[in-house]
Amino acid sequence: MATSESPALEKVRREVSGSDVVLFMKGTPVFPQCGFSSRVVQVLSHMGVKFKGIDVLQDPELRQGVKEFSNWPTIPQLYVKGEFVGGCDIVMEMFQSGELKALFDSKRVATAA
Amino acid sequence: MAMDAGEIERLIHAALPDAKVTIEDLRGDGDHYAARVISAAFKGKTRVQQHQMVYDALKGRMGGTLHALALQTAVPEDA
Repeated sequence: MATSESPALEKVRREVSGSDVVLFMKGTPVFPQCGFSSRVVQVLSHMGVKFKGIDVLQDPELRQGVKEFSNWPTIPQLYVKGEFVGGCDIVMEMFQSGELKALFDSKRVATAA
Repeated sequence: MAMDAGEIERLIHAALPDAKVTIEDLRGDGDHYAARVISAAFKGKTRVQQHQMVYDALKGRMGGTLHALALQTAVPEDA
């Protein structure tokens, strides 16, 4: 049987390849609806990284799809150049250790200073 | 929607028998935990893979029964 990707997975794939930095989150970058999403937004804003925030609360299909796409059970999820970086804990750890800055540099994503 | 800390620890040990697990109930509500898991099985894995191994051990409860589990993983120093 031919396997075709579900529309939700296709949508996730389109989103993560459409922008350099994509954050699937609850709420919007201006009004996050969850403390974990809010923390990742703060880190990205602090670093001066341009990103596309996608509110999964507006789209239940996408909310499920992104979990399947990365085999990751929770939101937020950060993608850089199509690659899954991690959720809130990993992003915070990488920010504190300087690895996040190194990742953006190696992927040629602009950060402020 | 809550889960006992002992149950979390038991599930992690079932999947990663050598793991050293420290769990803290952040709010005392049985729903917001922080866990630190140290296991030799994490050796050579990325952070994402290490966390996925712990999530797999929790058999789908993460993001469901268990709302919040702040997770830190590490490899023992002598591994």
